[in-house]
Amino acid sequence: MEMQGEKNISKHLVRKQDSIQSKFIKPSKATREDQLGKLICYLSIGMIVALVVCILYFITSRGLATFIQNHVGIWQFISGSSWNPGMVDGSGNPQVGALPMIVTSFGVTLLAALLATPFAIAMAVFMTEIAPQRGTKALQAVTELLVGIPSVVYGFIGLSVIVPAVRHLFGGTGFGILSGTLVLFVMILPTVTSLSVDSLRAVPIHYRQASLALGATRWQTIRKVVLKTATPGVLTAIVFGMARAFGEALAVQMVIGNAVLMPHSLVSPASTLTSQLTTQIGNTVMGTLPNNALWSLALVLLLMSLFFNLTVRFIGNWGKRKYES
Amino acid sequence: MFNKKRIFTTVAALGVIALGLAACGSNSKSSSSNSSSSQAKITAVGSTALQPLVEKAASNYQSKNSSANISVQGGGSGTGLSQVQEGSVQIGNSDIFAQQQKGIDSKKLVDHQVAVVGIAPVVNKDVGVKNVSMDQLRQIFTGKITNWKQVGGKNEKITIVNRVKGSGTRATFEAAVMNGQSAIKSQEQDSNGTVQKIVSSTPGAISYLSFSYINSSLQELSIDNVTPTSANVETNKWKIWSYEHMYTKGQPNKTTKAFLKYIDSTEQQKNLVKKMGYISIHDMKVSKNANNQVMEEH
Amino acid sequence: MNPKRTNQIATGLIYVLVAIVVLILAGLLGYILVNGVPNISWHFLTSGAEAFSAGGGIRDQLFNSLYLLVLTLIISLPIALGAGIYLSEYAADNWVTNVIRTMIEVLSSLPSVVVGLFGYLLFVIKFGFGFSILAGAIALTFFNLPLLTRNIEESLHNVSNLQREAGLSLGLSNWKTISGIVLPAALPGIITGVILCSGRVFGEAAALIYTAGQSAPTVNYLNFNPLSATSFLNPMRPAETLAVHIWKLNTEGITPDAHLISSGASAVLIIVILMFNLGARAFGNLVYLKMTAVK
Repeated sequence: MEMQGEKNISKHLVRKQDSIQSKFIKPSKATREDQLGKLICYLSIGMIVALVVCILYFITSRGLATFIQNHVGIWQFISGSSWNPGMVDGSGNPQVGALPMIVTSFGVTLLAALLATPFAIAMAVFMTEIAPQRGTKALQAVTELLVGIPSVVYGFIGLSVIVPAVRHLFGGTGFGILSGTLVLFVMILPTVTSLSVDSLRAVPIHYRQASLALGATRWQTIRKVVLKTATPGVLTAIVFGMARAFGEALAVQMVIGNAVLMPHSLVSPASTLTSQLTTQIGNTVMGTLPNNALWSLALVLLLMSLFFNLTVRFIGNWGKRKYES
Repeated sequence: MFNKKRIFTTVAALGVIALGLAACGSNSKSSSSNSSSSQAKITAVGSTALQPLVEKAASNYQSKNSSANISVQGGGSGTGLSQVQEGSVQIGNSDIFAQQQKGIDSKKLVDHQVAVVGIAPVVNKDVGVKNVSMDQLRQIFTGKITNWKQVGGKNEKITIVNRVKGSGTRATFEAAVMNGQSAIKSQEQDSNGTVQKIVSSTPGAISYLSFSYINSSLQELSIDNVTPTSANVETNKWKIWSYEHMYTKGQPNKTTKAFLKYIDSTEQQKNLVKKMGYISIHDMKVSKNANNQVMEEH
Repeated sequence: MNPKRTNQIATGLIYVLVAIVVLILAGLLGYILVNGVPNISWHFLTSGAEAFSAGGGIRDQLFNSLYLLVLTLIISLPIALGAGIYLSEYAADNWVTNVIRTMIEVLSSLPSVVVGLFGYLLFVIKFGFGFSILAGAIALTFFNLPLLTRNIEESLHNVSNLQREAGLSLGLSNWKTISGIVLPAALPGIITGVILCSGRVFGEAAALIYTAGQSAPTVNYLNFNPLSATSFLNPMRPAETLAVHIWKLNTEGITPDAHLISSGASAVLIIVILMFNLGARAFGNLVYLKMTAVK
């Protein structure tokens, strides 16, 4: 009996030890949660990457069809200035020169970004450094409101306000890059402003305190400390603003004149890649040259946006290095 | 607190999983419903201009036949033709003949003409011109005439607002007016509403619009003293007009056929089609084929 | 020039620039509201659209916009949160991360019609969703993910590292620290992202024409069964949103009062967005106060 009792006790002990041991060996609840959380994050980013790759593949494969299936020369596509994919020119080549649109897209986007940046930075500085009070909240609410106005409304307001104004001030028909730039400026302002505000807010308060304690004026603090620190964020804001400008079709198309001509001044009608793409794609049949050529435009758009993106980053890095050294 | 976090985690996880499931689940569900109820469900895509008419007709039809499920969407004539050719939709709405669209095998498609649309040149009110000859109109669009005083108007530069290449309106206009010549490069817009707004607000502007979009803010032009009216279109005295087509791939199935028949019924043609600003196909005294040859109807 | 003078000039300049922007904003909103508000009436908000006669309303379009917004947020917010957390907390600072970031930024420059066609070919046709709110919501998710992810990443990034260190030193796991401390602290920034993203959902037209469609079939607002074809909750039905309706009225509208409806609808859209933004902010502040030790 006794023997058996002892055995039982020892058995019990072993079992208890086991459960304690396993408790230590097995991952705790927190660890499991930790892993689950991590998994979710990896899944999400994986999904986004998969999605991006999907879209990029889709556009690239269709965009390249112009060159592979329809045997259009890449150089001819980029440097040609006559766009009429349904027709052939005198020597039997399809007329797919995208240069006028590339130049115009480049022009309006760059101009709109150049115009919007000082305003957006001023707004952001005002909202975070100068008057971060009640008024600022209203300002922010109103800027955010602008994102939700449909492009077609922007387009029609542009048609009834900006185009006539440009026509009276600068002559011509009023349709052109200038009107396009002005409309885009208003459209990208909210995005650039609100992302800039975020990055200025992120500058730790003690940077400002340190600078002011050294006797710097508010402007010196803003210029040399706050804006310098926030540069990468502000640059991202500009990149997103330019991306929006690139992708905008309906509003720009109404005020820019939408004529595939090489722009020779800011008030001569022109056409962007996006507006050609949007107006033509419903009228073409998939798999034919006119349709493929439009996808090539989308591809060009992506490459240009990549180029802008990398340039802005490069400038940002360069500025940072210069500042740090 | 801890519960809250767990809830958050679960919600996030569920969100991701639900999305995945939604993708797969609806996939299998709708593909099965596609095969079983392909007769009951009709999807029509294509011409943006025709969309309101077909949509309204569909809702009238559905209020009579509650079993019918018709979805009418836009997307453009090219989309309509290519999607019906691929069989992904039952009806492709188009402003142009399938023969005129590149990349479409018109032999596979059956044409159902449901309405006629008249198109007229319009100008800004300040140009002081109300009538031009066909020849003058052509020269304006080819860029040979550049000032309104050359056609009897005031001394003002002509601003051409053309329609988007490949659109039905442009194809119709070019077939009737341009006589094989190509238009000068100019501003191009794709919708009637935008053209209406631009022409009425731009001095010296000229473009062309479907009859139903012409209002008092613009001046329509007569050509060779023929006024753009429905009556003149019916007899082909007014040359710029086209059909609105609803294409099916091969002969339509029973439900689709019933719906097409409904649109073609006297009642719908007399009321709806006219109210939407189109000319009834029943009133036409002539007919036109894809090569733009006009024949007397008997 | 002495620094004080520079300071004054710069401050003055900022005031001028801000004043210009305020004037533009006020002018724009004033233009839309002055033109639109007189057209808004109870009848306008509660009746269906008319095809060719005057007197149509925007009931269905208004509801569709809101429903689409809810669906889009349900899909895109979790993904963007996960991706944002990954980029700010887990991602190593190497070329892979940089490539991912660049790809996301480039994606946001795609014209909406491309995203719309992609959604059309993949979801509407290939997966057989048909023209549906769900397909529209997914297409809009593509659109919103870049900006939303970027916004969430930035606001997480801005949470001081002291907070993370405090969490970890209390013995909390990494995930607990992120979800319990960092995420709540970053909430105001995340709300900004959601607001910007909802603005685009409200205002987008081109992508929806190919996915959610541009017709608004009559639905029954008393049918709460989301699987029924006539139910207003059915995510598989085609739906025209307010922005698409405005687009359609302006481009191909033939009702005699198309102009009035479109300006009225624009004003309604602005008011709804304003209400949503204020609501989202208030809700965000409430949660922020509850979950953090700010006050």
